Amino acid sequence: MGFLSDGVDFIQFMFPGIIGMTVLMSSFMAGVSLVWDREFGFLKEVLVAPISRTSVAVGKTFGSATVALPTGIIILLLAPLVGVSLSVSTVLGIIPLMFLLAAAMGSLGILLATRIKSMQAFQVVMQMLMFPMLFLSGVFFPVDGLPGWMNVLVKINPATYGIAPIRQVILGGSADSPFNISVFGHTMSLWDNIIVIALFGLIMTLLAMWSFHSQE
Amino acid sequence: MHNYAIKVENLAKDFGELHAVDGISFNVASGEIFGFLGPNGAGKTTTISVLCTLTKPTSGRAIINGYDVVRQQSKVRQSIGLVFQDSSLDERLTGLQNLRFHAMVYNVPSSVRDKRIEDMLNMVELWDKRNSEVSTYSGGMKRRLELARGLLHHPKVLFLDEPTLGLDPQTRNRIWEYIIELGKSEGTTIFLTTHYMDEAEKADRIAIIDSGKLVAMDNPINLKNMVGKDIISIKTEDDSKAIEEIKSRYAIEARNDTNNGLIFNVVNGEEFLPGFIKEFTTKILSVSLRRPSLDDVFLKITGREIREEGTKDGIRAMVHGRSRRMHH
Repeated sequence: MGFLSDGVDFIQFMFPGIIGMTVLMSSFMAGVSLVWDREFGFLKEVLVAPISRTSVAVGKTFGSATVALPTGIIILLLAPLVGVSLSVSTVLGIIPLMFLLAAAMGSLGILLATRIKSMQAFQVVMQMLMFPMLFLSGVFFPVDGLPGWMNVLVKINPATYGIAPIRQVILGGSADSPFNISVFGHTMSLWDNIIVIALFGLIMTLLAMWSFHSQE
Repeated sequence: MHNYAIKVENLAKDFGELHAVDGISFNVASGEIFGFLGPNGAGKTTTISVLCTLTKPTSGRAIINGYDVVRQQSKVRQSIGLVFQDSSLDERLTGLQNLRFHAMVYNVPSSVRDKRIEDMLNMVELWDKRNSEVSTYSGGMKRRLELARGLLHHPKVLFLDEPTLGLDPQTRNRIWEYIIELGKSEGTTIFLTTHYMDEAEKADRIAIIDSGKLVAMDNPINLKNMVGKDIISIKTEDDSKAIEEIKSRYAIEARNDTNNGLIFNVVNGEEFLPGFIKEFTTKILSVSLRRPSLDDVFLKITGREIREEGTKDGIRAMVHGRSRRMHH
């Protein structure tokens, strides 16, 4: 197995990406559950209850993030098999990052689900979004030195900033690690990435709340 | 000021060009069973949606238990219970879990929660099935569970949208027993929509809605008195000749009804019939006499039968429900 750099081979490089991918895919299920509730009528019971629409949207997001978390943790437990060593502090650091990624992507799913009423349509839209987001997020290859058009797509993809911090924590990314992402010449630190993905999640949640409120 | 549970003033709701609800006004007194009657598409469900804050009215206003449905949504929601036309249960939870969820979102104090859930499940005779997943329940059991859930937070007003649609007669009767019992024991105001005439007759007062407008509102007895006379339907060998004869002999206008032959109204039909049969010269094949029902009231007011449309839609709803289940 060839080394990419810093003594990190391709499988070790992929590993954090696979965790991110797993979390991302299951967090999208938040939207599915909303569409499902609508289709089976249960959403009506929720909408006429004396609770705010905001708490419904936020509750769904956090619920899906909570469900997505164990799937990520299961992958994380496989770390020794691919030669990635984990410390307790690494694991404790990754769990909130997984939750953040799941909540941010989950709120995107919720936003879509407030407008897309049928299960079939939702699944089509979800896959159309999810696969490009996965492939262009640095899960499968280092985002350094990509062709210009691809570079742009990777940089505007929010998933990139959700997966990067997981990799930074697992591979112990230093400030000059070749896996760091640079935007407009600025190298994104761990906290820079966290802020971007958190902001994305916040905006999606606000849009989802607004979309939910403005219905009927 | 009179203590009204529901006050509706010039309420209207448009969907684009369609005036689903077209400026209706009515009041429902506290503790009353109020029937909202009309064919499908008349605006019944839209009215309920507005009253329970799910839909915003285009104009006019509605006050439930003293709270405005637009400006005080949360207070309205806390004080009402709902049973929808279509199931709104979480099928993947058990009956008990559905009620627990409801108790939590409606702020039922945890000290009384378990006791109340048990009482409600006993009332609708589902306590034994409490730990079964709702997806295994029959249609009647689901509706009963929804009724129990709608009452769990002791709402002052209970909205029932076609509470017995698609259920067998036995279950319908059971559900009605609960509803009437509830009105008596808890003083709950009940607002229900239906297109079953026999059910509407159990209400204290009935409003008839057609094409978004209220066309009549009174208690069932007065409404039936509007039609007044008894209804005689006859089948003859020659209908046009029979119409002529009825007109010349009794000065009554008979009308031709495709299903029931000739129909005409007389005062005191029981005394009228023996003489009629003896002296009528056109050959009569069959005769029937009945008292006016709300069906006749509806027919008289709107010029249409309520039940024909109702049945068709009922079947459509059932087929729709089944195909939906097949997807999953």
